Amino acid sequence: MKLDSKIPEGRLEDKWSNYQLKSRLINPANKKKLNVIVVGAGLAGSGAAATLAELGYDVQCFCYQDSARRAHSVAAQGGMNAAKNYQHDGDSVFRMFYDALKGGDFRSREANTYRLAELSAPLIDHYVQQGVPFAREYGGVLINRSFGGVQVERTFYARGQTGQQLVLAAYSQLYKMVRAKKVKMMVRHEMLDLVLIDGKAKGIIARDLVTGQIKRFAADAVVLATGGYSRVFRLSTLAIGCNGSAIWKAHKRGAYFAAPSFTQIHPTALPQTSDSQSKLTLMSESLRNDGRIWVPKDKNDTRNGNDIPEEERDYYLERRYPSFGNLAPRDISSRAAKERIDAGHGVGNLKNAVYLDFKHAIERFGRDVIEDRYGNLFSMYKKITGIDAYKEPMKISPAAHFSMGGLWVDYELMTTIPGLYAIGECNYADHGANRLGANSLLQASIDGYFILPNTINNYLEDALKQDHPGVDHPEFDKVEKEVKSQIEKIMAVKGSRTVDDFHRELGKVMWQECAMSRNKQGLERAIVQIKQIHAEFWKEVRVTGTDNEMNSELEKALRLADFIELSLLMCTDALQRDESCGAHFREEYQTEEGEAVRNDEDFAYVSAWEYNAGDFILHKEKLEFEYVQPSVRSYK
Amino acid sequence: MKVTFKIWRQDSPKSKGVLKSYETDGISEDMSFLEALDHLNEILVAKNEKVVAFEYDCREGICGQCGLFINGRAHGPHEHTTACQLHMRSFKDGDTIVVEPWRAAAFPIIKDLVVDRSAFDRIIEKGGYISAKTGTAPEANAMLIPKEIADASMDVAACIGCGACVATCKNASAALFTSAKINHLNKLPQGKPEQHRRVLDMTAQMEAEGFGSCTLTGACEVECPAGISIASIAEMNNRYVRAKLLG
Ligand SMILES: Cc1cc2nc3c(=O)[nH]c(=O)nc-3n(C[C@H](O)[C@H](O)[C@H](O)COP(=O)(O)OP(=O)(O)OC[C@H]3O[C@@H](n4cnc5c(N)ncnc54)[C@H](O)[C@@H]3O)c2cc1C
Ligand code: FES
Repeated sequence: MKLDSKIPEGRLEDKWSNYQLKSRLINPANKKKLNVIVVGAGLAGSGAAATLAELGYDVQCFCYQDSARRAHSVAAQGGMNAAKNYQHDGDSVFRMFYDALKGGDFRSREANTYRLAELSAPLIDHYVQQGVPFAREYGGVLINRSFGGVQVERTFYARGQTGQQLVLAAYSQLYKMVRAKKVKMMVRHEMLDLVLIDGKAKGIIARDLVTGQIKRFAADAVVLATGGYSRVFRLSTLAIGCNGSAIWKAHKRGAYFAAPSFTQIHPTALPQTSDSQSKLTLMSESLRNDGRIWVPKDKNDTRNGNDIPEEERDYYLERRYPSFGNLAPRDISSRAAKERIDAGHGVGNLKNAVYLDFKHAIERFGRDVIEDRYGNLFSMYKKITGIDAYKEPMKISPAAHFSMGGLWVDYELMTTIPGLYAIGECNYADHGANRLGANSLLQASIDGYFILPNTINNYLEDALKQDHPGVDHPEFDKVEKEVKSQIEKIMAVKGSRTVDDFHRELGKVMWQECAMSRNKQGLERAIVQIKQIHAEFWKEVRVTGTDNEMNSELEKALRLADFIELSLLMCTDALQRDESCGAHFREEYQTEEGEAVRNDEDFAYVSAWEYNAGDFILHKEKLEFEYVQPSVRSYK
Repeated sequence: MKVTFKIWRQDSPKSKGVLKSYETDGISEDMSFLEALDHLNEILVAKNEKVVAFEYDCREGICGQCGLFINGRAHGPHEHTTACQLHMRSFKDGDTIVVEPWRAAAFPIIKDLVVDRSAFDRIIEKGGYISAKTGTAPEANAMLIPKEIADASMDVAACIGCGACVATCKNASAALFTSAKINHLNKLPQGKPEQHRRVLDMTAQMEAEGFGSCTLTGACEVECPAGISIASIAEMNNRYVRAKLLG
């Protein structure tokens, strides 16, 4: 199958309007006859479900939590970018587009990335209208701050809870449409498979997490908005329930998976303290403005951080990147930390952290100033670790944070399965090999609010003329049977190990070999190990309780079974891409100073993988750069 | 460390529940409270028993999904802290820790420590939004909102919807939750056109769901993880009276 990105004609800045001019419309009376399933109720899912319902479609929206308000978009702290140029500092749509394209190391489509920037300003208007209490100046206008290395101030925020405030706006709008009886909200329902009829997406199979019942849902189109899959590493900044199951099942039914191995590792999270730890909390990157990062020079140093004299400390970022120092970009800082930790210099009980030290900053500016700048972060640190960071250096560690990879989609956000769309973090579209901070709340939101509701007509107009198969269609029988047999199979293993035990094992392999820095031998080894984990899982996992009740062990087991398969594809992808780009750093492809070496000649394409009975076939979507010529990303 | 959990076990909404004791070894002080429960569940699996059902998702105090009554207090011994942010270092070796679900008529128990809080969603459904369709927004800076108003709105908008206020209230009142949403929107110019209808409809739904009435004991503001003050309830009451007169 040839990948058709469906990029519209015309100049970059005209493409989206040209698309809208040509796209087909459906009259309101007919929209009522069409039913759309939206799986996910984060920013992408809620935005899409509410807007489709406002337009007149009948919508069924799903989430696994007890309410749409809990989606993990809620955890975003920093903010959301928009090219409003309110600060009069030279920002523009083109500049924002350029930053995102370059930040992604030239592995995304120009047309998509441009549209991301283009729709950012109207999105701020939208959220303000919905009642988001963004930060304001005394005079009443909106405030901005800067984020992640860009040179303008274009980030909008609501204290440290931007994601929460956006989610609450999207959730309210969604429940407005629930009240209008245009959206049926299915909370505590987890999608377990996709149903295709004549090759088109026509429904899903979901498990009611309260009763355990397996249910069928039919529709004219299916939209996946299920978020990121970084829980494949087990320890990550994601919520415990975040999963890759919906997109993985879609992949197994024919949707190509793009750049699965592109994962962003955030440098400043709280370290793991024990094997039973379940998640890593993010600490704002802003701390690196005043904190200095170091490890002991001596590997066997067991003294407290404060007792180690200056000359026995290695401020490795300042040493390796004298011009950027502690403010080196995310991927580089994370990799440098890993390098020191792997060399045995890590600190903390598990020797898996580095110090972030405010001693010098406090001496220089006084405690008051530091408290004013970071007070809330220091108290959060104390809440979690019990340590007073005004007196002792913080311990921080890199953590898996964001999936750039996801289902391949065209300009209309449709996957390679007709009638199946992927929006938000679960697709691969705008961020290339590395996403910029504060661009993903944006992407999830515009996908749901602005893009999908304009593109889905193009497909649904045809669907209108076709019949609308119901849940009694034989394909539903077939897929439901497969889902049930998978559940029965897991319940029947009755082995000796817990699901979490397997997840820890998988997480360790993925973290070691397929995270910040990768190499051929490591990835080949990981593939062997993952196959062993897979075999062992199906022989030894133990799920207690039954499948016809609320059963968190069963939920976890089903998600992990999919993660194990997905991790194989991630390693396959990382192994195939013989270059370093963005977050994908292959040790074989670096300069003498450890800089990534990108290879545009051979790898200026998006890898889109097709599932083939346990194996994967690579398809390439060539990337053409008409408006910006790829350049080298350097931080020396 | 070693602790004894006394946990409410209840198979289904209709069945009878009991407190069951579990002596649990191998707990470390750095574990969060929920990780200690994960640890207990792994032990239960090893013994071929059903795991304890409890709720969580983000585990960083923002999604509002976790909610446990720990030793007689909503979210445990600390003020303004969710159960997922509580750590085992707040307990001593040998402690007995009683863990129960939120108890309120409007939050029926589903299983063990899991309750149904959909009543909150239905309160929001009755007006916790601004009736404007996607695509109809004016330029954001065309409307000036003084910083004091945006900040005051944010103070209450911070509610995480966990239900600790209801669980801790002797009347099981949802006044803090409901007031937080009403005041968030009604303070802002965008919320003004629907302000009266919003107060009347949302408070009516709150009553219809079977939440008790507020007697301003102030217990809720102590536990609220978002630090929302009961002044918010007084403000809602005020708005209610005005809505009755004007609305
Ligand atoms: C800690 C943290 C901080 C961040 N900070 C920022 C920031 O400051 N700025 C920024 O721009 N980005 C930030 N990000 C990234 C950004 O928050 C996410 O990329 C974005 O919110 C994803 O939105 P989404 O709608 O795609 O997914 P989510 O919000 O994760 O929603 C996923 C939805 O899918 C549902 N779901 C999942 N699987 C299933 C299934 N199988 N069946 C049924 N339903 C399912 C869930 O219930 C949920 O409703 C941050 C991310 C994290 C983790
Ligand atoms: S798990 Fe999200 S607030 Fe506790």
